[in-house]
Amino acid sequence: MEAGLHSGKKIGGVVLGLENISLAFGGVQALQDVTFDVREHEVRAIIGPNGAGKSSMLNVMNGFYQPQQGIIRFGGREYRGMKPHAAAAMGIGRTFQNIALFRGMTVLDNIMAGRNLKMHCNFLLQALRFGPAMREEIEHRRAVEEIIDFLEIQHIRRTPVGRLPYGLQKRVELARALAMEPALLLLDEPMAGMNLEEKQDMCRFVLEVNDHFGTTIVLIEHDMGVVMDISDRVVVLDYGRKIADGTPDEVRSDQAVIDAYLGVAH
Amino acid sequence: MLYREVGQYKTSYAADQALLPILQDRIGIVVILLIAFVGVPLTASDFTLNSVLIPILVFSLAATGLNLLTGYTGLLSLGTGGFMGVGAYACYKLTTYFPQVNIIVLILSSGFFAAAVGIAFGLPSLRIKGFYLAVATLAAQFFLSWCFIRIPWLYNYNISASIEVPTKTLFGLAVTGPTATSVTRYLIVLTIVAVLTLIAANLVRGRTGRTWMAVRDMDLAAELIGIRLYQTKLLSFAVSSFYCGVAGAMLVFLYLGNAEPSSFDINQSFLILFMVIIGGLGSLLGSFLGAALIWGLPILLRHAPAFFGLSIESAKVDQSTFMILGVLIIFFLVVEPQGLARLWQIGKQKLRMWPFPY
Amino acid sequence: MHLLYEIFIDPFVQMGAAPDLLVQTLWDGLVSGVLYALIALGFVLIFKASGVFNFAQGIMVVFAALTLVGLYQHGVPAYVALALTIVVMLVLAVGVERLILRPLVDQPEIILFMATFGLTYFLIGLGELIFGGDPKVMIASQLGLPSGSYRITMAHGYVQLQKIDIAAAIIASLMVAGLGILFNRTRIGRALRAVADSHRAALSVGISLEQIWVIVWFAAGVVALATGIMWGARSDVSFALEIIALKALPVLILGGLTSIPGAIVGGLIIGVGEKIGDFYWGPLVGGGIESWFAYVIALVFLLFRPQGLFGERIIERL
Repeated sequence: MEAGLHSGKKIGGVVLGLENISLAFGGVQALQDVTFDVREHEVRAIIGPNGAGKSSMLNVMNGFYQPQQGIIRFGGREYRGMKPHAAAAMGIGRTFQNIALFRGMTVLDNIMAGRNLKMHCNFLLQALRFGPAMREEIEHRRAVEEIIDFLEIQHIRRTPVGRLPYGLQKRVELARALAMEPALLLLDEPMAGMNLEEKQDMCRFVLEVNDHFGTTIVLIEHDMGVVMDISDRVVVLDYGRKIADGTPDEVRSDQAVIDAYLGVAH
Repeated sequence: MLYREVGQYKTSYAADQALLPILQDRIGIVVILLIAFVGVPLTASDFTLNSVLIPILVFSLAATGLNLLTGYTGLLSLGTGGFMGVGAYACYKLTTYFPQVNIIVLILSSGFFAAAVGIAFGLPSLRIKGFYLAVATLAAQFFLSWCFIRIPWLYNYNISASIEVPTKTLFGLAVTGPTATSVTRYLIVLTIVAVLTLIAANLVRGRTGRTWMAVRDMDLAAELIGIRLYQTKLLSFAVSSFYCGVAGAMLVFLYLGNAEPSSFDINQSFLILFMVIIGGLGSLLGSFLGAALIWGLPILLRHAPAFFGLSIESAKVDQSTFMILGVLIIFFLVVEPQGLARLWQIGKQKLRMWPFPY
Repeated sequence: MHLLYEIFIDPFVQMGAAPDLLVQTLWDGLVSGVLYALIALGFVLIFKASGVFNFAQGIMVVFAALTLVGLYQHGVPAYVALALTIVVMLVLAVGVERLILRPLVDQPEIILFMATFGLTYFLIGLGELIFGGDPKVMIASQLGLPSGSYRITMAHGYVQLQKIDIAAAIIASLMVAGLGILFNRTRIGRALRAVADSHRAALSVGISLEQIWVIVWFAAGVVALATGIMWGARSDVSFALEIIALKALPVLILGGLTSIPGAIVGGLIIGVGEKIGDFYWGPLVGGGIESWFAYVIALVFLLFRPQGLFGERIIERL
């Protein structure tokens, strides 16, 4: 076990392994033979120039895309590809670059929707409401309120999500992912489009999630400052291939990475 | 001022999540229920009961059913008339085979047949969405209309292809058939609609409602929080068709007294869809408001000229109704796409401050 | 066993035994197919250029035909009535653009779709109010359209081809060709395609959305008029036509919502499929399956090829 960047954090064994993942859409090769792993409790960043295949990588982890080749190891089993709801059931949560919130619903309803897998009362009991369904609803409302407190969004509980500014929407999306109590959290550009203050808040939240709940985090991020600050290990993609893998410092000084970002032809 | 919520603090999650968290709402509902269950039977005329209230309640139920499918789950359906028909004919066959069973039980059971048919026609929803699914429901509508004519077993081989409702009793009182009084029929319809609406409200507030709305808003995102799309859509079809089926059975047994295949054709489907659109997609209150408006408007128009001392032939009134209906739909979509229910909410909002300007 | 024979063998035996009936059925199917295609064409025009699925296309067919016949019955000479009806369709297009499309410009498609429901009901009421609900006879001969039929003897019998149907096929082809040229070769056509892709982008390059919409709804109105004339010439002009227009929906599914050739091919396939299905397989289930058979064909297509024969694949990005 290695000690992480932040004092006191113990990083565990490998929880997610990706081996030789290749993904193509028609003629476009999005990912080519990518192999890396993610360890328990760590914050793993995926970086790379635009079009490098980062979002595709996340989509593979999450089950939206099935890779043509390669194996995913998660939860002690091997998979060729996953279905999204199976991934959710196994404890993988996710946020999106372009925000995938349910616009017709309030913040509270969105986050409660995240508790869906944990709620078991069947449809008939819900029709009755009185009794088990009511108790379950309250129990999960309690859990959701904790998350709302944690992310400081109490004041917008009842606001329809479509009316919120971008930064708050991202926070609500994070809340919904947290409501699933995920073992692995995939964040696709959580800081995109935020000003400095919002970014600081989001960083704080991400780190607290990692610290407090022990959630393993994989994030895609363009802001190098953020990446260097909060991640334990970084993997760099370029044109669908992995070109570097290591701690932030190692990656920062890797020549291949510098070339990729400067656009040096290779 | 009237509608001030300030000061009504909720001290538990249960209170916060109640169906009617605001005191004024609760008082309002009690008043409405009192009027509906007690006041109306005592004072309303036969005409009001027979031609206004009973059909509005029955159509509200059908509109609720369609609203669950289209407003909450986002699956546009043009097959409502057909599903209502399944309920009606199922009820008819059930009374033929089980004449001794309580009619209320039969009416509710016929909902299950409609639900089964609804699931069958919802099966394509795995692969097709949106407008294309609407066309699939249109296919269901035309196919069911065809069945109602071409399967003589359904109407007991009656030569005119119509069904007549037999007299059934409950606690010694005639409830269906020509001898049933309008008050009895009204109370039964009211009770069934009230109970089923309560159940719909419970479903919509809880996990089922949230999964439906999630599927409506962004089904890809719904998948990643673990919602199983197919089961959710099929459940929506089932519940919605159940409601439409019960409404169809009530339409025949407690309102019309008889029915022909044309009672459940495509025009019926459009009518209910308009009720839902104008009333408000995704609002249970909207189903009632829409039904009241669309059913009540022609009646109003038919009687308005007499009220003002003019006389216009009834055919012209019907045609004007079509035109006004068309204009109303466009008007609502332009001005308030969320329908009458939203206008109601805005009205409540204003009531919060009235008579103060701000 | 007998059932299997009845479904899979017997109809083909029947086809072989009386090939003249087969050809007649095929021809009848093609003819109704052409008319379905024309209605579908109107849908495609409007959908391509404004993204609106115009449910009112069917009633526009009826309304156009009614206006034409109504004017004639009031003493207006046939060709003048035709010209006036075209003007009426233009007025309708302007009215729709100003009162429906403009206020709803940013709303999701489903709202616009439902607005066309409202338009349908409005036109039904207006049409009935002005012209009355009883069926009318189309003024086909007054417009110079041929009547009578050709009889072709073949096999052991004969096939009858109505001249009006041949005329309909020719006019339809001319219209399709004309529209194809309009869309692909002219400046306006390019603007139409731009608007179909993205309203905002089109606006930002200076294309006037309002003008384009009026043009396209007017074009759809003219197509509706032509359809109304053809259809009315074969059977009377009545509001029953409106329901027939719903048949265009399976055509659109088959052909793809955005494709003009798709509307044609889809229309012909549906028309032929429907007639053959009803004639040879219909008696097995009691007949009258024309009311829904087209939809079954479309449904089967949807399950395997949702974008239709010629439509564009819908790709969802996350």
